[in-house]
Amino acid sequence: MRRSLFHRIFYFYYDGFRSMTVGKKLWVIILIKLFIMFVILKLFFFPDILKKNFSSDKERGDYVLDQLSKD
Amino acid sequence: MFENFDLSLVNWSRGQFALTAIYHWIFVPLTLGITFILAIMETIYVRTGNEEWKKITKFWLTVFGINFAIGVATGIILEFEFGTNWSNYSWFVGDIFGAPLAIEGIMAFFLESTFIAVMFFGWNKVSKKFHLVSTWLVAFGANLSALWILVANAWMQSPVGMQFNPDLARNEMVNFWDVFLSPVAVNKFIHTITSGFVLASLFVIGVSAWFILKKRELVLAKKSILVASIFGLLSGLMLVYSGDGSVRLIARIQPVKFAALEGLYKGREGAGLIALGIMTSGKEDSTGRKVYPVPLKLEIPNLLSYMAAGSWNAFIPGINDLIDGNPEKELLSVREKIKRGQYARETLARMKESRDRGDSLTYRQLKDKFYDADFKENYFSYFGYGFLNDPNSLIPNVPLTFYSFHLMVVLGFYFLLLFIVFLLLVWKDKLDNKKLLLWLAVFTIPLAYVASEAGWIVAEVGRQPWVVQDLLPTVAAVSHINASSVQITFLLFAAIFTGLLIAEISIMIKQIRIGPKEGGK
Repeated sequence: MRRSLFHRIFYFYYDGFRSMTVGKKLWVIILIKLFIMFVILKLFFFPDILKKNFSSDKERGDYVLDQLSKD
Repeated sequence: MFENFDLSLVNWSRGQFALTAIYHWIFVPLTLGITFILAIMETIYVRTGNEEWKKITKFWLTVFGINFAIGVATGIILEFEFGTNWSNYSWFVGDIFGAPLAIEGIMAFFLESTFIAVMFFGWNKVSKKFHLVSTWLVAFGANLSALWILVANAWMQSPVGMQFNPDLARNEMVNFWDVFLSPVAVNKFIHTITSGFVLASLFVIGVSAWFILKKRELVLAKKSILVASIFGLLSGLMLVYSGDGSVRLIARIQPVKFAALEGLYKGREGAGLIALGIMTSGKEDSTGRKVYPVPLKLEIPNLLSYMAAGSWNAFIPGINDLIDGNPEKELLSVREKIKRGQYARETLARMKESRDRGDSLTYRQLKDKFYDADFKENYFSYFGYGFLNDPNSLIPNVPLTFYSFHLMVVLGFYFLLLFIVFLLLVWKDKLDNKKLLLWLAVFTIPLAYVASEAGWIVAEVGRQPWVVQDLLPTVAAVSHINASSVQITFLLFAAIFTGLLIAEISIMIKQIRIGPKEGGK
């Protein structure tokens, strides 16, 4: 019986990941790195200042306009 | 205006950005180049059917995989910093930055990441030709990723194709093609990717040389050197050609950076190019300007004039001419530019005031100025100068720019020579006993990274004090946050990136020592 395309794609990746050697270690590094970046750094240390402090583009524009034009 | 900014915050923010960019760039160039080397090797395998080439391809594929895995997403941190540390800048650049980065995310990243899976998992599962196409697509995808970032960076060096919207205090793209095909963008893209090609070629040659020294994997090593030396030589020639183009553009668009590259303070006709030189420590002149003379130098007469202007006797302005002005050569002084920039800023402030108090007639008149060609050319184009008080603040770090530039150029020509020597020797099969040369190739690997980073230092340090040339200085681009929070994240990044670098080097060395036997996954 011919497998569906989705089935074939799934097993392509599944078999690929299962037969990894050095790749497994690399995936651990990638996942730890992404966790540190997106969960710890982005959430706790790198808020988008303008998005956090202002609710509309007009307010953001006014704020930066002040910054750029005041002495 | 400087006194309104916390210089400690500015410096820490700059330091943090420099740290992350430098670390990020350790991972990028190898990916840019080695993907094409892989594609060439696999093409030879598919065309000849020789299994040795498959083994070679799979070995370098593993090396690429390690570098890609460790380096992937390190550039995202730069985007975090834009939003937190550089919010004024992020807003000011508007969709000029947003559009290229969005295209990168959608187009190149997905192209790259989809076909990488086929590259690693697809051996014996998809046809040889489909696998080969995937490898080429990854190579093009990786380089397309770089394209969009470099277009954005080129716009910062030479802002074109936009209109400043004074209501929102941001730039809006009016012509995508002016931004995408600006001479700076085209040249920067070619120069940067070819520098990656050269670095990757040197990496492949260096590792292969190590195998020959250890008398291991001789076939793999020699075939790899053959491919890498040809690819490196062709890329190196293109690198020199695009570097020459860069110099001409810098001379026209960023003349202070150009003068700093050569430590040229006093402009002259028929200026010579300093091929090698040593700067003495800076001495203040009567205006308080720090001057760094180059008493010991190897200078090629008239070459700088020719490189910059295409004429052996052309006048090349020095830093003094550019800062103090030179009426004879129709060069405005920085003081005059500051006045014009201040007028542009005052116009913006008055426009906002009139809008806030409901004076719609004055508001309309002042707003229209920002769309008027004469105002744009004579005042808004100096907008960033309006933030500065001291003309000498327009001078970048001259010794760092000078030495980085010369180091990059000297190493670039050394790399070309190395490619030629290795190509000749591998062609004649006379490499095995050239121990000194083989060790030289091994130790050239770090030099390739030094040259590559030096290129970015020239580009970015040399254009200080600007984040957007002539429009936005660094001091006005930072967010008003605590310097201590930037210090904490600086240290965090230093720790994370150092950890990643150690992981990369140790895993890479381990895999190279294992050799091609377990290549591929």
